[in-house]
Amino acid sequence: MALLSVDELSVTFGGVHGRKESTAVDGVSFDVDQGQVVGLVGESGCGKSVTSLALMGLLPGKGVKLGGRADFDGNNLLTMSQRELREMRGKEIAMIFQDPLSSLNPVVPIGVQVTEILQRHRGLKGEPARKEAAHLLDRVGIPDPTRRLKEYPHQLSGGMRQRALIAMAVACAPRLLIADEPTTALDVTIQAQILELLKELVDEEGTALLMITHDLGVVAGLCDQVNVLYAGKVVESADRHELFAHPMHPYAHGLLESIPRLDAPRGEPLKPIRGSINDRIAWADGCAFAPRCDYYTIECLTGTPALTVPAAAGHQVRCVNPVREPVEIATLETPDVTATAHGGTSA
Amino acid sequence: MTAYLIRRLFAAVMLLVVVTAVTFAIFFLVPRLGGQSVDDLAVQYVGKDANPESVAAVKQNLGLDQPLIVQYFDFIKAIFVGAEYKFGPDASECSAPCFGYSFRSHIEVWPEITQRIPVTLSLAVGAAVLWVISGVTIGVVSALKRGTFIDRLAMTIALLGVSLPIFFTGLLGLALFTSQWPIWESVDYIPITEDPGEWFWNLIIPWCSLAFLYSALYARLTRAGMLETMGEDYIRTARAKGLRESKVVAKHGLRAALTPIVTIFGMDFGLLVGGAIITEQVFSLQGMGAYAVQAVKDSDLPIVMGVTLVAAFFIVFCNLIVDLLYAAIDPRVRYS
Repeated sequence: MALLSVDELSVTFGGVHGRKESTAVDGVSFDVDQGQVVGLVGESGCGKSVTSLALMGLLPGKGVKLGGRADFDGNNLLTMSQRELREMRGKEIAMIFQDPLSSLNPVVPIGVQVTEILQRHRGLKGEPARKEAAHLLDRVGIPDPTRRLKEYPHQLSGGMRQRALIAMAVACAPRLLIADEPTTALDVTIQAQILELLKELVDEEGTALLMITHDLGVVAGLCDQVNVLYAGKVVESADRHELFAHPMHPYAHGLLESIPRLDAPRGEPLKPIRGSINDRIAWADGCAFAPRCDYYTIECLTGTPALTVPAAAGHQVRCVNPVREPVEIATLETPDVTATAHGGTSA
Repeated sequence: MTAYLIRRLFAAVMLLVVVTAVTFAIFFLVPRLGGQSVDDLAVQYVGKDANPESVAAVKQNLGLDQPLIVQYFDFIKAIFVGAEYKFGPDASECSAPCFGYSFRSHIEVWPEITQRIPVTLSLAVGAAVLWVISGVTIGVVSALKRGTFIDRLAMTIALLGVSLPIFFTGLLGLALFTSQWPIWESVDYIPITEDPGEWFWNLIIPWCSLAFLYSALYARLTRAGMLETMGEDYIRTARAKGLRESKVVAKHGLRAALTPIVTIFGMDFGLLVGGAIITEQVFSLQGMGAYAVQAVKDSDLPIVMGVTLVAAFFIVFCNLIVDLLYAAIDPRVRYS
């Protein structure tokens, strides 16, 4: 059985005081096994961050309706009380956030922000806690950790801040790590370092990693299994190599095609996906992506398309007109920080 | 740090010099712009039987015949080295810090001020303790219980607090608790050195009326600050660590929310120590504010100058303390 098994997760906001309901996550299912890196990919507003917050129990209590199941080690996270969740958070499931500067308290020293989690879950206090905190900072590659403990977030560089956040996340050796766009706010060179660090931690500890990102480079470099989200639903789910070689949902296809290529001739236009995520129809009426789709036919408007397995085993697609032609992605694997680590998982 | 402190102290002194100069200018220049002569000014201090000789004598005694700039420097000089005066019943020597003698009563100003500072200070300190504790607590609770009955009730009371003037709430308090339900016989200031118990007991109504206004302001400020802070990303990080909500609020939320409160507190408190004018009037407390009001009514320049300078000193001093505190609360603030 998978470590985390998400089944038909749905998150609906609003509906109180007569406000209109809006469904951010609409029946998302995926599994994360121990030691596995699973990607959740999609553009802003597709529901990927909301999914992670729902799993952590960090969504506000009021005005949010949760549906489906999310079994972690056999226990449904969605029905746990805040007290039970507090015991899990930081200890069993930890999270790394998008913007390291705003995610660290600017007026509390780094050391205190690391030791407080050690005290909470491991009962460490005083000198042993400081020692362990320094050890953790050292482990995530922060030089001179003892001095850094006394410093404040604004005294650290962006990469250092993200490392510090990662140190907090791995402080209690969690079994599942959720990383919500951990590299978005960082320079490209730092991005690669952070990804490498995450990779190392996952390999050493056997931690499962749920990687939430809009960056296909990150996916290519890190993930074993990829779930592409659109408008709150998984539209394609496949092994990394399979997805990059044969993206079948027009949205995933478009995402891959939209990546600018270094070897393209000069003057060749970029190929964006037209429109925005606001140009969508309700899933109940048909495919939400239909208004932006180049492969759209009238069949697309006959109710929610089902997840099917049109080609390779384990490659699920939610589309009535799946794309059959492969994408040329010669330069895609450039940020390859993990060439050796996870090459063997493809079919 | 030392350089910063010296620079700040220098700026504070300069500010006080400017304050005295401006006060001086307002007192003398504005009436003159309105067409009043020095003689008209002097006549005010002579009394009913003013004749040219007595007016001239008063002019000379008060130094009003001197050029304005000379009068100003005489005033400043007297603060540091004292001065000699040639009029008044017991007036000959006025030792530093000398703020001169009242134009009206010929009583030395500085001892009067030192006598009144404890009254205003007692009022301000007690009220401040009360309003900071109650205001911040109410603000935090309101923010955490946003939208609930408790929040709405607290904010309605706070709206009343900021809207009702002290001369209403103070007089209401007096009417209720000294005549309707006479828990207090009257409100008199008893020095703390004389009887701490009586001092405390007598100041309860003034403290509460003053604190009502300010705690309402502080509750609203704290609530707004807390609402903003609790939505910050680092609060989510703290929760993601599995910390208890009380710890998240106290350790991560409150600290950032309090930073602006500290700044405003420095100003409010400094201003209040300079004279809680309305409160002192309502409760007939003989503090700095009451003294200042009387002096302005009487056109009694030395007192006006003295009170202004002392009040300005408190404000500048409190703000200096706040700036130093600020750096301790928020490490991003550098002494530069």
